[in-house]
Amino acid sequence: MIQVEHLRKTFRVAKRSAGFGNAVKALFHREYDEIHALDDIFFRIEDGEAVGYIGPNGAGKSSTIKILSGILTPDSGTCLVDGRIPWKDRKTHVAKIGVVFGQRSQLWWDVPVIDSFELIRDIYAVPESDYKRNLRDLTDLLDLSELLKTPTRSLSLGQRMRCEIAASLLHDPRILFLDEPTIGLDAVSKLAVREFILDMNRTRGTTVILTTHDMQDIEALAQRVILIGKGRILLDGTLDDIRRGGEQIDETLAALYRQFDI
Amino acid sequence: MQKIKKYISFFRLRFTMGLQYRAAAAAGVATQFAWGALHILAFHAFYRTDPSAFPMTIEATVNYIWLQQAFLAIFAPWITDNDIFEAIRSGSVSYELCRPVSLYTMWFTRNLSLRFSRVVLRCFPILLVALFLPDGYRLTLPQDLHSFLLFLPSLFLGAFVAASLLVIVYAATFFTLAPQGLRAVVTAASEFLSGFVIPLPFFPDSLRRICEALPFAAIGSTPLRIYSGDLAGQAAYTAFGLQIFWLIALVLCGQLLMRRALRNVTLQGG
Repeated sequence: MIQVEHLRKTFRVAKRSAGFGNAVKALFHREYDEIHALDDIFFRIEDGEAVGYIGPNGAGKSSTIKILSGILTPDSGTCLVDGRIPWKDRKTHVAKIGVVFGQRSQLWWDVPVIDSFELIRDIYAVPESDYKRNLRDLTDLLDLSELLKTPTRSLSLGQRMRCEIAASLLHDPRILFLDEPTIGLDAVSKLAVREFILDMNRTRGTTVILTTHDMQDIEALAQRVILIGKGRILLDGTLDDIRRGGEQIDETLAALYRQFDI
Repeated sequence: MQKIKKYISFFRLRFTMGLQYRAAAAAGVATQFAWGALHILAFHAFYRTDPSAFPMTIEATVNYIWLQQAFLAIFAPWITDNDIFEAIRSGSVSYELCRPVSLYTMWFTRNLSLRFSRVVLRCFPILLVALFLPDGYRLTLPQDLHSFLLFLPSLFLGAFVAASLLVIVYAATFFTLAPQGLRAVVTAASEFLSGFVIPLPFFPDSLRRICEALPFAAIGSTPLRIYSGDLAGQAAYTAFGLQIFWLIALVLCGQLLMRRALRNVTLQGG
């Protein structure tokens, strides 16, 4: 279970106006803007739920995921994931969760995928029998058999993303955080990824928290949607709650963004 | 054991990755030969003028230079993992923080594996050829077994000290975001102060004494001087002790800095 209360995070961003004069001025006096990435965030996610976490760029989605996965320390507020405070017991915490950042890679670039997998096995100390079983299942479900011996650098984005997702699941995490897992994927890869995540959620009961800009991801995967904008939770409900009759989901969302002025 | 296994597997992967770069290794061997020969010829010219004015014998100096070239990758301050700097700049470091491992130990291991994978490919051809060069230019065997037995652990300690120094540079990059400045300072300082350009005994006495106490001497200077017999007896043990001291001090410093960095970390790039 994930419980988040009063979570706040502020970043300081250095700013200056264009031009040489201002650059010189910034040498002596630097101006900062405070960005409230998260401003009093609340939510609660039960075991086995699949939740879509949506909002425009810069709304605070990634910051939330990073705090939940123990990478970032918030300024204030509490957050408990299965009773753990992520940033306090980072090492114990991350051993039990899986994270996929769609825009980054966790596989080692110059070696075959299987080498990365085996390293991950050792890093998480996955017992050999569990590792073999997981690898077999993941290879079947994500259709990886052709890819395992290929160096990561030679994979297409869609192939790589399937391997990335497999890599995040080798240690049987109870919770899976997916930060834009379908970004840049073609239709076939998107469908494969979605189908797989749905299957993990339904059959293994893995809790899934997914951020995305692709509303079809949400339609396919999430029973519940949390909308965040300017660091605040604006809506927490089912997809039907935000959908109005007959409209395309993207239009609904755009209307919603306009309504909340985010 | 489970705990150490993570880092060993990591070391193994990086090590095998490093072994792929054969062309780089061949080029490295050639460079090191040219560089070593140049140094030795220059020193010979000086010795011919007045051998008594020199703090090390020509044999010791030649040994120092050949070993330095053979084990360059172990000591070289410029051997850094650019992936790490890039990961900090771009924010991919997120993934490394999602692992149940200590980031410090991981990066330390990474730096070490880089050094050892490079040195394994390069040291043997250099050592082998250097052993069979004409008299006066040749790498000779150590004076006694004792100094050789002290040389080996000292060599490894040198690599560890070098790695611990660089993890501090990695951790500092969390604050500065641009690694170039700090890296340039550390590289230049440690190249000169560790006796890379000129062995420390050639320094003026007062400067030499300061340099010998600094962590940089613990990297390359100490093992090479032990092998060549320039540091022997009590002096060798003192220098060896200093290596251990600096390793502990730098590791503690690095861990402290890393902990601070991670507490205040801002991940770049969304």
